[in-house]
Parts: sequence; C-alpha cells; structure tokens
Amino acid sequence: MSKMNLTRRGVIQTGAVAGAAGLTLPTYLRADGHSGFTNAPEGSSVTLGFNVPQTGPYADEGADELRAYELAVEHLNGGGDGGLMNTFSSKALQGNGILGKKVEYVTGDTQTKSDAARASARSMIEKDGAVMITGGSSSGVAVAVQALCQEAGVIFMAGLTHSNDTTGKDKKANGFRHFFNSYMSGAALAPILANNYGTDRKAYHLTADYNWGYTTEEAVRTSTEAMGWETVAAVKTPLTQTDFSSYIAPVLQSGADVLVLNHYGGNMVNSLTNAVQFGLRDKLVNNKNFEIVVPLYSRLMAKGAGANVKGIFGSTNWHWSLQDEGSKAFVQSFGTKYGFPPSQAAHTCYVQALLYADAVERAGSFNPCAVGEALEDFQFDGMGNGPTLYRGEDHQCFKDVLVVKGKENPTSEFDLLEIVEVTPTSQVTYDASIFGGELGSCNPGA
Amino acid sequence: MFGLEAKDFRLLLLVTLLTMAAPFILNPFPVDSGMAQFNAGYPDLMQRFVIFGIFAIGFNILFGLTGYLSFGHAAFLGVGSYAAMWMMKLLTMNVIPGIVVSVIVAGIFSLAVGWISLRRSGIYFSILTLAFAQMSYSLAYSVLTPITGGETGLQPKVTDPRILDAALTGNAPKANLFGLEMGSSTELAMGGWVFTFNVGYYVAAVVMIFAFYMSIRIFRSPFGMMLRAVKSNQQRLNYTGLNAKPYTLAAFVISGMYAGLAGGLMVAMDTQVGAERMFWTASGEVVLMSILGGVGTLIGPVLGAGAIKYMENILSKINKDILYEWFAFMPDGLQDFVITLVYPFIGKGWHLTLGLIFMAVVIFLPGGLVEGGQRVAALFKRKKPSDNTPDGKTTPAE
Repeated sequence: MSKMNLTRRGVIQTGAVAGAAGLTLPTYLRADGHSGFTNAPEGSSVTLGFNVPQTGPYADEGADELRAYELAVEHLNGGGDGGLMNTFSSKALQGNGILGKKVEYVTGDTQTKSDAARASARSMIEKDGAVMITGGSSSGVAVAVQALCQEAGVIFMAGLTHSNDTTGKDKKANGFRHFFNSYMSGAALAPILANNYGTDRKAYHLTADYNWGYTTEEAVRTSTEAMGWETVAAVKTPLTQTDFSSYIAPVLQSGADVLVLNHYGGNMVNSLTNAVQFGLRDKLVNNKNFEIVVPLYSRLMAKGAGANVKGIFGSTNWHWSLQDEGSKAFVQSFGTKYGFPPSQAAHTCYVQALLYADAVERAGSFNPCAVGEALEDFQFDGMGNGPTLYRGEDHQCFKDVLVVKGKENPTSEFDLLEIVEVTPTSQVTYDASIFGGELGSCNPGA
Repeated sequence: MFGLEAKDFRLLLLVTLLTMAAPFILNPFPVDSGMAQFNAGYPDLMQRFVIFGIFAIGFNILFGLTGYLSFGHAAFLGVGSYAAMWMMKLLTMNVIPGIVVSVIVAGIFSLAVGWISLRRSGIYFSILTLAFAQMSYSLAYSVLTPITGGETGLQPKVTDPRILDAALTGNAPKANLFGLEMGSSTELAMGGWVFTFNVGYYVAAVVMIFAFYMSIRIFRSPFGMMLRAVKSNQQRLNYTGLNAKPYTLAAFVISGMYAGLAGGLMVAMDTQVGAERMFWTASGEVVLMSILGGVGTLIGPVLGAGAIKYMENILSKINKDILYEWFAFMPDGLQDFVITLVYPFIGKGWHLTLGLIFMAVVIFLPGGLVEGGQRVAALFKRKKPSDNTPDGKTTPAE
C-alpha cells in the first residue's frame, strides 16, 4: 500500500489539472438512487410513456388510444376545453400539468407482442425516464408490461385488457386497471340473456384458444349455468383462424339454441359473419329462435361485422352514446379534436391518464408507492361510468357495466350499438380472492 | 493467440473492445440535445444487441457454412427461454443454471428437429423447420398453457418454490449472478453525456464474446471446412464416400444451442417469456439479420442484428410531435409537406424503412454490410500493386 501524502501544493496542483482539462469531472450516480424512486422527474417537466399497439391486429384500437392520450396530455397541460377534468369529482387537477410540471410523453409500439411491448416499455423507462407506463390492447401484453413495471418501480395504468388475470392471478402492486373484466361481462350479461331468451337454453361456446378466451368462456358459463342454462359444448378455435365455417356447421347438429362467441377483434368479426351467413339466426331449434351472444363488444368490432351485429347482445365498458355529464364532456372534446366519437379503448385510456395525474396531485409525489396509496380504495365519479371504486385488494375498478345490443337501424357508421341496460356495480362485484394471485408490495425502484 | 491466426485475433479483439465500450459508443449525443433520440446506449437495447448477436452468430454457423436455410430457429430460442424461466421458477434466480439448462434443452430439441428436417435439403428443409417452429408456437400459445402460460406467458412469482433461494417477501424476484442483480446499473455523467453501465449487459457481452470466439474456431476448423464442402456441392461430397448428415446435423444442433443460449440470456436479462418469441416472424428476423450483415462472414450477423434492433427500437419511437420539433425551423407549409414525406418511414412505418434498406443491401451489396465496409476500406487503402507491373495494371502480353 503506497503512502498517501496530501500536501497543500499537491491538492492545488491536482485541482488545477482537473480544471484545466476543461472537462466536468465525471460524477458517479448511484442508479436511480437520488430521489428514492425510479425516474423521479427533475426540472419542469414529467414524462409519461404511452405504449400502444401501432401495428398488428389491434392497431385500430391502438391508434384510438393514442388519440385519447394526446387529448389527456393537452387537458392536463391546460389546453383544450379541459374535457373530463370539469366533471371529475376530484378537483385536484389544476390544468397546470402534474404537480406544476408540464406533461410530456413518449410513444412506443407494442405490436401486440409481449416481447416488443416490454422492449418498448423498458426503453421508455431506461432511456426516456418515463415515470408511468400506460396503454396496451391485449391481456398478454398488459400482464407482461405490468410485471416489468413492478420490477422497474414505475406505475402501470392498464389500457384495454379484459382478461381476469390482469387484476386476478397476475395482479401486481404497481399495476392498476380501469377496464372491466370477463367476470363482470358474464355477471352483467346473464340476467339480460335470461330475460330475453329464457332460462332453459342450451348454449354452445366457440372460444378463442388463449387466456382471455378461457376466462371469458368460464365467466359466461358460470353465470349462465347459474340461472339454468345448459352448456352443450365448448369448442376452442385457433386464434389465427379466419374461416370459422367448419366450427359453425356442428353447432346445429348439437341441439344447442344459443351460440356464444368468446372471440375478440378480427376473430369475432369473422366468426359472427360466418354464423350469420350460415343462417343460424333464422333457424328454429327446440321451438326457440336461435340466438348469438358476443360477451365483449367494441364499436370497432361492430363496424367490422357490419349489419351482422344487429340485435346481438354483448357487454362493453363504455359507449359514447351515454348521456351522463362525464361521457358528454368526453365525446364533446374528443369529437371536436378528431371529428368522430371515441371508442371504449380511448375512453379507458384517457380516464387512466387522468386518474394517474389526479392521484399524483393528491399524493403530492410521483413516488409509485404514494401514488398507489392514493389510488387504492379511491372513490370517484364523473368519468362516464358513474360512481367508481378503485379497489385496494386487487387494483381493479368497480363500476357499472353496459349491456349493449347491435342497433337495428344505425344512423351513422359510429352509431352501431345501443345500450340495453346499465348493470349496477353491486351486481358485478366479486370477492378479490377468487382468482388467486398475490398483489405483493409496491416497488418504488431505486 | 487462443489458437487464432493474427487476423482473426485482431477481429476478436476489435469485437471485444467494441462490446466493452458500447455504453460510450452507442451514446454519442448529450442527453439534452435533440439528437438524444438516436442514442442507443440504454441497458435494454444494448442487451438486445448482444443477445440477438449471439442468435445470429449461431444461425450463421448453419446458414453461412452449410447453406441450409432454417426458417424455424425462433423455436429453439423460445424453448431455451422457457427452460431458463422454469429453472428460475423452480431452482434459483441465479442466471447460471437457467442459461446452462436453456442451452442443453435447446440442443436436445434441435437434435430431434434436425434429425427429421435434415432428411431433405433446400426449400423442403426450410419448410420443415418452419412447420416445426409454427407447431411449437401453437403448442406454447394454447395447448401447453399449463407449462408455458399461454398468451400471458411466464414470469417468476414471489410464490414460486425456488428451492435453492431463500424465501422472498414482498417484491418481485430479480434475476442475479451470485447476488449481483442483472438490472442494476451505474451511471457516469460527463459534461452533458450520461453513460449507463449495466450488469446484465456486461454478463451478456462476455457470453457473446465467448460465443463469437467459438464461432471463429468453428469457421477455421476442419469441421468448418467440411460444412463449407456441404454448401458448395453436397452431391460431390457424397460421391467421394463421405456421409454429410452427421456434419450438417452437428451444425444444426450447434446453431440450435446458440439460439437456446440467446433465449436463456433473454430471460436472464428480462424475466419474462411469451409464446410470440417463437412466431415465424421471429425466425424470419434472424434470416434478415444474417443477410443484412453478410452471410457466411464472422462479424456480419452481429452487425445485422444490431442494425435491425436499432431500427426496431429507435426509429419506431419517433412520433409526429418529434418530427414537428425537428422541422420547426421551416415555414409552415413546407414543414407540413416535409413531415408528410418523412412520416411514413418512421414510427409505425419502421418496417418500411427496414424493407427499403434490406432491398438496397441485397441489390447493391450482396455481401451485406460487411461488403459495404470492405468497399469503403478499399477506397481508403492504398492500392497494392497486384502484379509486377509498376502501375498495378496487367498489361496484355505483347
């Protein structure tokens, strides 16, 4: 070990050399350590990450989600007409950004693939310093990105994801979902189906062969069987299937009089079109009219299936034709900016962005743990879904669920669904423990 | 040195230097500058560079040397990933068992696939491997959901058994190397620049350098020569009394193990695995990487992997707002016009840019980026007189 001789001259000389080099001395930063949590915003702005599918099967939803986020950022920064901030029951948001910091955002493409979505989210966190990630249009992606955010120590506000798993067996302390889920769809649909089609029906399920399909089939089965329906068969169809005629043909031989299509997006458009073309809906089975049910509806799907959706029941998270103040305000400002009404994907994403911003304001910090605490068991209203609760046990929003029906006489290309009933929250609430999973504790990173 | 010729050793040294200094090289722009958009020196992307580099190096051993074009290599990557993930769920979050097992499992799987597929050559071989890969994908996506997690994939959970680790409480388990977390990094700020040194990246980089070294040795070995003989004319090889099958099968298994290694590393760096990792587009991607970089060259596939991953992660993130910032200096009408022209090529249009570059490379630089590099080098190099004539030109006799 060499002896250290600190002399005044030596110190001055070393200092002079370092200064003369004209370089800022390298400073070591302990990763993320300086503010107690990952990507603590410095300076006058805060960066949010909008991770949506821009290519792939759900690109339409993704584009609409991005529009909603841009609108939300505009409103948060005090631009536009303020949108839902005017009707939101919490008045913490001032229109001066979040905690006085201007909201900036980065976008990424999930490609509806978990790997790509995580890569994109990681680049937002590691490179752009995003303090919150939101978006996504499938449950696989949502679960993958949610786990990533838990690990990295940022908040994840899920976009359109309907599988029970997101806030069920794969729930995470840093993840929050506003959208409803398969269980709620089943619980909301069942009574309406019983009223319209009777309680002695025989159902035949066609189910997309992946997680969302399984949970939806299970939810609809359980709730319809509880009121007396019988499930004749449940057949899984490959996700990549485009022609469902070989799956439709056996339905008539089975003696079933209701066909449940647990399909989403392009799958649903194709299977429904096939079913209608086969003339299923004109058939009389067991002396009853043959019926078709689509558990999860979206306007974009209804548009794809065209006239085939007429009179078909399904459920949805939100619809632009709702007449409460919040919905009207949102449709108003979205329509002014883009020229057409928003989809449910746009609505849930916009609301999630606002809820996050509001939680930060109320918590007074961007720290994920503080934000999480502010969101847990938070009750709010005026966001288009009536009184809503962000349940603390599983970070799932509980609110009214819409049962909709394909409109018989649509007046425009957006006016495709009509609301049959608004199922009250109490009817779709379930015990947080039924899906298993462990929330864990919040992770602020660092 | 290390049993390499001087030229190869220099190449290995160059690759080592480049990978070790990558955090500096990939972050050429200060953080606050407008060009920071093009910085690629953040952990996730650097990890992807080296991991896909390994994947492409392995693929090149098969495609570059034997000429067998496999369209199903993503299956081995995926199998390796699942194997590593299960090690992390059952044994320990230490990455070593995961990576070792991923190589072994991918090796066994590729032995089975190769055994069958290598009965045919040319397009039939490609289609067979493609079929196997798609089969694996579909199985992982739906039928094997209990093992693979289906659509939602697999992640380590707090509640997993992990018999070698102490019980965890609260937070998500993190991949580590004897306690050193893969995700942890140190930042070095110099002036306006910030450089990130990530543990996971350096672990992956060391593995890649080793993989690269192995590939040089294979290229230069008699075994590599035999593989080249298969590529140049398999029939002739058969007529000389040699059975080419063991050689091609060995090459197939080796490249499958490389893919498995890449898959294992992917899980080690980012503890998640989903079925779409095995989708046929992922298999196609590695073919693109090899061709873009230069098939049959040592460094080419690594360059190709880097180029594609760079575009996927950097170009795809440029959105319209950023364009407006860039062209803000232009008058309004012109600005809109320029943005309309540029917009289709960035953001979600990055595939289009990649396609154009790929076409340009295939048409003008059939040897890939490596050939481009050689041509540039040739421009600057003093032309050695190739003949005895003083001007280097061959003057016709008489």
